[in-house]
Amino acid sequence: MSIILVLIILGVLTTLIIESMPSIKALGIGYLWGKVWDPVQNIYGAYPFLIGTLLTSFIALIISIPFSYAIAIYLGEYNPKGWLSDLLKNTVELIAAVPSIIYGFWGLFVLVPLVREFEGKIHVLPYGIGIFTASIILAVMIIPYGASLGITLIRMVPSPLKEGAYALGATRFEVIRNVIMPYTRSGLFAGILLSLGRALGETMAVTMLIGNTSAVPTSIFAPGNTMASVIANEFTEADHTEYLSALIELGLVLFLVTVVINLIGRRIITRFTNN
Amino acid sequence: MEAKIGFRNTKSIIFKGIVVFFAFLITLPLIIILLYIIKQGASQVNWHFLTNVPAPVGETGGGILNALWGSFLMVLMASVVAIPVGMLAGIYLSENPRTKLAKYSGLCVDILQGVPSIVVGIVVYFWIVKPLGTFSAMSGSIALAMMMLPIVIRSTEQTLLLLPESLKEAALSLGVPYHRVIIKVVIPCGFAGILSGITLSIARVIGETAPLLFTAFGNPYLSSAVTKPMESLPHLIFTYATSPYDEWHNLAWGASFILLMFVLILNIVTKVLTRKWKIQL
Repeated sequence: MSIILVLIILGVLTTLIIESMPSIKALGIGYLWGKVWDPVQNIYGAYPFLIGTLLTSFIALIISIPFSYAIAIYLGEYNPKGWLSDLLKNTVELIAAVPSIIYGFWGLFVLVPLVREFEGKIHVLPYGIGIFTASIILAVMIIPYGASLGITLIRMVPSPLKEGAYALGATRFEVIRNVIMPYTRSGLFAGILLSLGRALGETMAVTMLIGNTSAVPTSIFAPGNTMASVIANEFTEADHTEYLSALIELGLVLFLVTVVINLIGRRIITRFTNN
Repeated sequence: MEAKIGFRNTKSIIFKGIVVFFAFLITLPLIIILLYIIKQGASQVNWHFLTNVPAPVGETGGGILNALWGSFLMVLMASVVAIPVGMLAGIYLSENPRTKLAKYSGLCVDILQGVPSIVVGIVVYFWIVKPLGTFSAMSGSIALAMMMLPIVIRSTEQTLLLLPESLKEAALSLGVPYHRVIIKVVIPCGFAGILSGITLSIARVIGETAPLLFTAFGNPYLSSAVTKPMESLPHLIFTYATSPYDEWHNLAWGASFILLMFVLILNIVTKVLTRKWKIQL
């Protein structure tokens, strides 16, 4: 039965490559930085979506990092047991459990008007939907991934190390900064990588909130598109081979990027837990 | 010296304050979202809502029976595929951790877990939808099964690794053949853990929309034909939430409420099971 898994992965890879062959052949590597995506004229460039994906993911990561670190430090070090930490831990797990379509729906009806108002106040075009809105929701969605790994790692810090630092007169903050953080640095980095992998591939919530335009985004408040959201929007409308295979090539890029990110993240964690 | 320790202590306390603030701030969005969905959705739900298909534009009333039934059917079919395969693969991985095949398939489980759900949708489209020439519930189930597999495999593997080796050795020393040891000793002992993995995987895929967009597609009528398009809860929410009609939005809020309740219940069940087993998924 394990062979099935290997077959599935190989199958996924070959299917993606075969089906995106027409576009790889026709467009070559220039596809990745072509700035225009115009199916009507048969011009395909993935650059707007690459930028959109990178922007949303990185903004989401930057927002989420303080939260996931705080949760990891609080539950790993300050308060590892008791009803309060159980409550917080369950909350974090629930955040991961809520389906992304519900985040998208809620974002569309509650967050979008708020962002629109905010944009009106700072004098940018008040779209409401756009990269910024999508990033906020995305940030909430990926916090649990960084946090839950962080909790496990911080609990693995050997207590003689911490006790040694306390014995030298270090305060709690100093122990966290000078003992726990350096010890868990690589593991926490892996946690960030895994949440990045999540953010890159997240589809539904982003599709509903990002505004879906194929132009290169001009600011973080402008509407845009990510690789996943353009596939979700245009796949069933793609009426000729080249269009379809250009979309699949996006899927292939997405697949390869997330696989690499996940594997690096997991490699770091395995090395960390084995030491 | 006195002043310095005071300063360091203050810094420590301020840091703790910041950590606690950020750690608990995260409960806020969850509470807001849950309350909003309950407020908007709970009032929609009644018997009529659960037993009717959506009404056409302009008519009031209508329900989500087609989506409930479709979700149920597709998740059921996905489970029928994913649970046996996942359990067998999990048993293999825990019993033979050092073989080459285990190494590679373990790697593949990790990869599969990280594959964006939309990519699963594309691939299943080319595997099943295109050869058959039509969107179908069957292809949707296959896509969901692919999303379930890694969770079932990992939870089976983790649970079985926790079992004491002596259990198996005792059975083997009594002369019980290996396959019967697995069926009669290993699986029953790890049952709760495996079950928690199954409920968790169902909770994950029941809300998945992206893999269904190009496979099961959606269908405004009640349908049980596995070779035809079929509606599902998340897909119904997606189509109706992005529509311009207020009645349709209300329908989508009601459906979101139901979906959220399913996910919550499944997660609580998982929680109870894992607490019994103390496994980490």
